[in-house]
Amino acid sequence: MSTILIRGAKILGGEPADVLIDGETVTQVGTGIEAGDATVVEAAGQILLPGLVDLHTHLREPGREDSETVLTGTKAAAVGGFTAVHAMANTFPVADTAGVVEQVWRLGKESGYCDVRPVGAVTVGLEGKQLAELGAMHDSAAGVKVFSDDGKCVDDAVIMRRALEYVKAFDGVVAQHAQEPRLTEGAQMNEGVVSAELGLGGWPAVAEESIIARDVLLAAHVGSRVHICHLSTAGSVEIVRWAKSKGWNVTAEVTPHHLLLTDELVRSYDPVYKVNPPLRTEADVIALREALADGTIDCVATDHAPHPHEDKDCEWAAAAMGMVGLETALSVVQHTMVDTGLIDWAGVADRMSYRPAAIGRLEGHGRPVSAGEPANLTLVDPSYRGAVDPAGFASRSRNTPYKGRELPGRVTHTFLRGRATVVDGKLA
Amino acid sequence: MLRSPGGNPRHLISAADLTRDDAVLILDTAEEMARVADRPIKKLPTLRGRTVVNLFFEDSTRTRISFEAAAKRLSADVINFSAKGSSVSKGESLKDTALTLEAMGADAVVIRHGASGAPYRLATSGWIDGAVVNAGDGTHEHPTQALLDAFTVRRRLVGADAGLGKDLDGRRVTIVGDILHSRVARSNVHLLHTLGAQVTLVAPPTLVPVGVERWPCEVSYSLDAVLPTSDAVMMLRVQRERMNAAYFPTEREYSRRYGLDGLRMAKMPEHAVVMHPGPMNRGMEITAEVADSGRCTAVEQVANGVSVRMAVLYLLLGGSETALPSAAARTEENK
Repeated sequence: MSTILIRGAKILGGEPADVLIDGETVTQVGTGIEAGDATVVEAAGQILLPGLVDLHTHLREPGREDSETVLTGTKAAAVGGFTAVHAMANTFPVADTAGVVEQVWRLGKESGYCDVRPVGAVTVGLEGKQLAELGAMHDSAAGVKVFSDDGKCVDDAVIMRRALEYVKAFDGVVAQHAQEPRLTEGAQMNEGVVSAELGLGGWPAVAEESIIARDVLLAAHVGSRVHICHLSTAGSVEIVRWAKSKGWNVTAEVTPHHLLLTDELVRSYDPVYKVNPPLRTEADVIALREALADGTIDCVATDHAPHPHEDKDCEWAAAAMGMVGLETALSVVQHTMVDTGLIDWAGVADRMSYRPAAIGRLEGHGRPVSAGEPANLTLVDPSYRGAVDPAGFASRSRNTPYKGRELPGRVTHTFLRGRATVVDGKLA
Repeated sequence: MLRSPGGNPRHLISAADLTRDDAVLILDTAEEMARVADRPIKKLPTLRGRTVVNLFFEDSTRTRISFEAAAKRLSADVINFSAKGSSVSKGESLKDTALTLEAMGADAVVIRHGASGAPYRLATSGWIDGAVVNAGDGTHEHPTQALLDAFTVRRRLVGADAGLGKDLDGRRVTIVGDILHSRVARSNVHLLHTLGAQVTLVAPPTLVPVGVERWPCEVSYSLDAVLPTSDAVMMLRVQRERMNAAYFPTEREYSRRYGLDGLRMAKMPEHAVVMHPGPMNRGMEITAEVADSGRCTAVEQVANGVSVRMAVLYLLLGGSETALPSAAARTEENK
């Protein structure tokens, strides 16, 4: 077993310290630790975080290997500082059986770059009509805890209620893509001033907020927990804040792009900005940042959504929805939340590792950096500045909205159970 | 117009891109072009040897033949490319279609597309070098329609010769109908505002877009209230199918509240005109009595459309130095 000494890193942004990894475990944290024959990583000025955990990743395999595979997606995750990702269920075939989730889980194990926890579909074929075999997916080797029809909303109130109740038997959670379908027929972008000018079909905030309001009430009624995917509006924040104030078991995530970008970018008609839920307004961005800072929103989740070039190199209405995000997530969070003083690095550890791991009931991740804990760690150089270059992505897809944009911070090392998956910013 | 780095107009994508001087120059040039139509030989040699492609992803015979007539009167070669259906259903992408036209040497592409923003993508994605003219994109814009409407208003209210070099300062134009889905309304609001007119939109609240409060116009839900103060009333086509999506209860109710009939027309000032971009739904937004009256400019608008589209093609492709210096010169004099 190899030993590694990370020397002089600021753990969660605190005082510089040394961290010794022996095998898969952190064995010692302190100052002046002797290196012995350990490999030394000089980390002065860098921030050491627990390995990041993403609750919302589209790895596309099986079915759309032209946009991403489990291997390329987990490489992108490692480069972005992630040690665990939750792979969404909207694959072909849909991950709605034990067989498919076990396949994805196995591919993740074989990749070795990042742990892959499959998300199971709530309903068969994501069609919102009949519950999928949630128990079988939980009992499978994949050990599914998070269930979502992401991309589609479980809009039938009875199906949603039953799913919320049913997964209590094995401490699962339903992650809702909140989108009232009738209110969003033909929707192309946020409904507001910009959509009115551009003549693009509107996706109104109320279509998200009405489902969230219903679901927090349902969760309270049946005593279940519910997780809200990629919350995107100021109104949604208000509803979640209210639900939490009641003591209800509601959690929520926000994407990096909703913390930074607004619907003004759609004026370019460039489909790289087409995403679901859509980019909202400046007021929404501000509300989301504040909510992430005060804990109303529990965590950041990337909604990494790779698409091949041809699905974005076309007119807006014909383009696919989604953006890649794994390799830029931490930089966007540093830019929008840390460099603005809204949260510190301990806050980043909480919102990007501890809380998503807790929501997903994921063991071995989201643990403090201390002796005896699994060595899932991410080392960040916060002083780095550089323009985003999609050509260098580990992901198979390049649909990033940040091309050419200068963002701060860079993941220099990622360790998965003591093994370096990223060294000096490059895949190991 | 979207300009090249040198400042020359390159494309016509949105009426919002036109300055007041751009718009007046186009209208003045269109007056010159209209005179060509009165000659025994209705043809100018200006665009001889240039190729104009009409790229229509949506059926619109009226708009296509208008552009075709305009290009032919300027002696351009015209290719009609009917790519009915979206690029998705057809299997070929907009990009590949564009690259094909580029390979054939199109100097200008007149595009009609069901997707808002498709002409903008065509003009800015580097797929083609030629000029792009938006002939209507989704529910976004239809700038040549707005130009021909402004041309018609100026002719009727100011005069063909008296209007040269002038804008529509202080004229009150009312646009009635399905504002939400109307590219004609969007382009007209921008252009009429740029030309100094006061625009009022009239529609049931369901057919007014969220976000309209930022548009440079007024909004009213009552047609009767605004008719007495309108210099021009523009009736938009309202699709009967809209009632199936609950935008209004029935065709008859729409017609009663927002249709223009003889009784309502009598409330307009004597000089005021009724306009319609066509095709008309007689009995829905406009009655035959109004459509066939001397105050309705619908047929005139069609003729004016050819003149305006000649002016646009001429200004984008022909340069401003040849053939028709008088229009530009007169604009300068009247500033």
